Amino acid sequence: MIKMRGIRKVYDTGRIEVEALKDVDLDIKGGEFVSIVGPSGSGKSTLMNIAGCLDVPSEGTYELDGESVEGLSMSQLADIRNRKIGFVFQAFNLLPYATAFENVELPMMFGKVPARERRKRARELLERVNLGDRLDHRPAELSGGEMQRVAIARSLAMKPKLILADEPTGNLDSKSGAAIVDLFEELWKSGTTILLITHDSTVATRTNRVVYLKDGMVRSQAREMAADMKALKERKRLDTMQ
Amino acid sequence: MYLMFLRQLFHDMKGQKLRSALTLFGIFWGTTALILLGAFGHGIHAHQVKKFNGLGEHIAIMWPGRTSMTYKGLPRGRSILLREDDVTLMKEQIPELEAISIEYQDWSIPVRHDKVLISARLSGVAAEYGDMRNVIPDWGGRFVDEIDVRLRRRVCFLGNELKDDLFGSAKAVGEIIEISNVPFTVIGVMKPKGQDSAYSGRDKDKIFLPYSTSAVMFGHTIANVIVWKAKSLEVHKIAKRKIYEVLGKKHKFDPGDNQAVSMWDTTENLDFFTNFFWGFRIFLLMISFATLVVGGIGVANIMYVVVKERSKEIGLKMSLGAKKGFILSQFLLETLLITFIGGFTGFLFAMTLIRIFPSFNLEEYIGIPTISSFEAILSVSLLMVIGLFAGFFPARRAANMNPVQSLKM
Repeated sequence: MIKMRGIRKVYDTGRIEVEALKDVDLDIKGGEFVSIVGPSGSGKSTLMNIAGCLDVPSEGTYELDGESVEGLSMSQLADIRNRKIGFVFQAFNLLPYATAFENVELPMMFGKVPARERRKRARELLERVNLGDRLDHRPAELSGGEMQRVAIARSLAMKPKLILADEPTGNLDSKSGAAIVDLFEELWKSGTTILLITHDSTVATRTNRVVYLKDGMVRSQAREMAADMKALKERKRLDTMQ
Repeated sequence: MYLMFLRQLFHDMKGQKLRSALTLFGIFWGTTALILLGAFGHGIHAHQVKKFNGLGEHIAIMWPGRTSMTYKGLPRGRSILLREDDVTLMKEQIPELEAISIEYQDWSIPVRHDKVLISARLSGVAAEYGDMRNVIPDWGGRFVDEIDVRLRRRVCFLGNELKDDLFGSAKAVGEIIEISNVPFTVIGVMKPKGQDSAYSGRDKDKIFLPYSTSAVMFGHTIANVIVWKAKSLEVHKIAKRKIYEVLGKKHKFDPGDNQAVSMWDTTENLDFFTNFFWGFRIFLLMISFATLVVGGIGVANIMYVVVKERSKEIGLKMSLGAKKGFILSQFLLETLLITFIGGFTGFLFAMTLIRIFPSFNLEEYIGIPTISSFEAILSVSLLMVIGLFAGFFPARRAANMNPVQSLKM
């Protein structure tokens, strides 16, 4: 599904150049449930943006679903995002003036899905995330967990092959967060490829592969990661003790 | 779904109440100014033309003069006198003439009706004179006609104010008045008109007689003036040239000598007048256009703010697959909508003012404002253009945003 070779991303802020990613190779096969972990500033978000075709790498090649995205125009990239990728964000990013229903309809409008089908599908998706009774609620009238479920329904609107979730549980309490992860698991079981960024070790441990990113590089999963995980678990133990 | 975009626009504007209100007002005022100034320019122009034409439309008036050039051995300074046979000659030899009339003038002629005695101005004229000079009989009367002239009838036509002075509100047509102690029948009274130029007093204060009657009564043989009108504006200049040729040949003066017979050609004034008013109206249009442009800048300004405030939403839409064109057209449509709302209310306001204006009774001074379809179309299309310009640049900024950076905001 995702094939990255030698990806490098440099941000030129004018005075200094920041190398967010250095030589990243990443392979994710169709049907995988992968989490990317790493400390802040490690390049997770940059990697996610490139994977989601929101940004293009400074160097290296990226193939999504067997197609190279190199040299594509803005509108071609928009089309790929619309058809192949579903985004879930930490801050939910729902349109505040639109109802849950309209928020789910939005990507289908960009994808020129006929109105009748659009409405039918938006209803089905919201029912699937157990929000069948919240269709006409605005984001402000929903809880965090509900908002994220609307966002997940929205990400599924165009039946994408890949879901990219950037800290989807970051703004949620542990219970709602766990429910969201349950939902991802369910989606994964029904055949969707999921790539998620997380800080939360309990979330990471529920995926079937963890990619560890540090200083803009993918580290061998063995030692460093184990150490990090151990530290995370230790911290968690301390948290529960308190 | 599309309602959602409207809702969002409404919300954006509510968040920027003062700024939105000022912007809307700018467009509103610009449109109002554009339409009102256009309409009043129109009204004043029409009013002035009407007043100007009180003297007569496209006529020329000639006076006997003195030669200013030597011609065929004759010296300059000879006076050229015009008589009835000159009018006959011109009629015969100049087919371009539509109407021509001699005019014998008398000042301070005693006119009496009952116990009212007035000293009035008197003009002896031909039948064609009335239409040419816009001396139109009011209901129930008529102007001097050809039979009156042929039979030298003792009939007279009164200017409307002179009639009021002599008769008050009583009926005048059919009554007898004394002119220099000779009884005359009143055959008509002039319909009131605006007149802002004259060569021998206002028509409303005058008495008109058949010129033949006037000639025998007062012994006239020499015309004070001759008034003529060409068949069309196109042949007006030809007719004028031929008059000098025909009269020059008869009276032996140079056809280029425009002092031998002096001429007041009102079509020349009209040309100047028309040009002046076009200039005036263009000036008014430019002022209102500038107001509208300022309004447009206000709209552009507020749209820049809206774009900035909504950058996160723009980033989100882009990540969900919205193309540049969608973002661009969304903001463009919003701007057009704002422009349209402001413009439409301005348009309605201006139209209402124009509609109720006649009730202020200022018509005599500045005429009645009217809006031509040309100006209406012009102002609507101007609004559209300004809306497009005001919307395009902010919309382009929105469409060119980087999705990653705008999502972060």
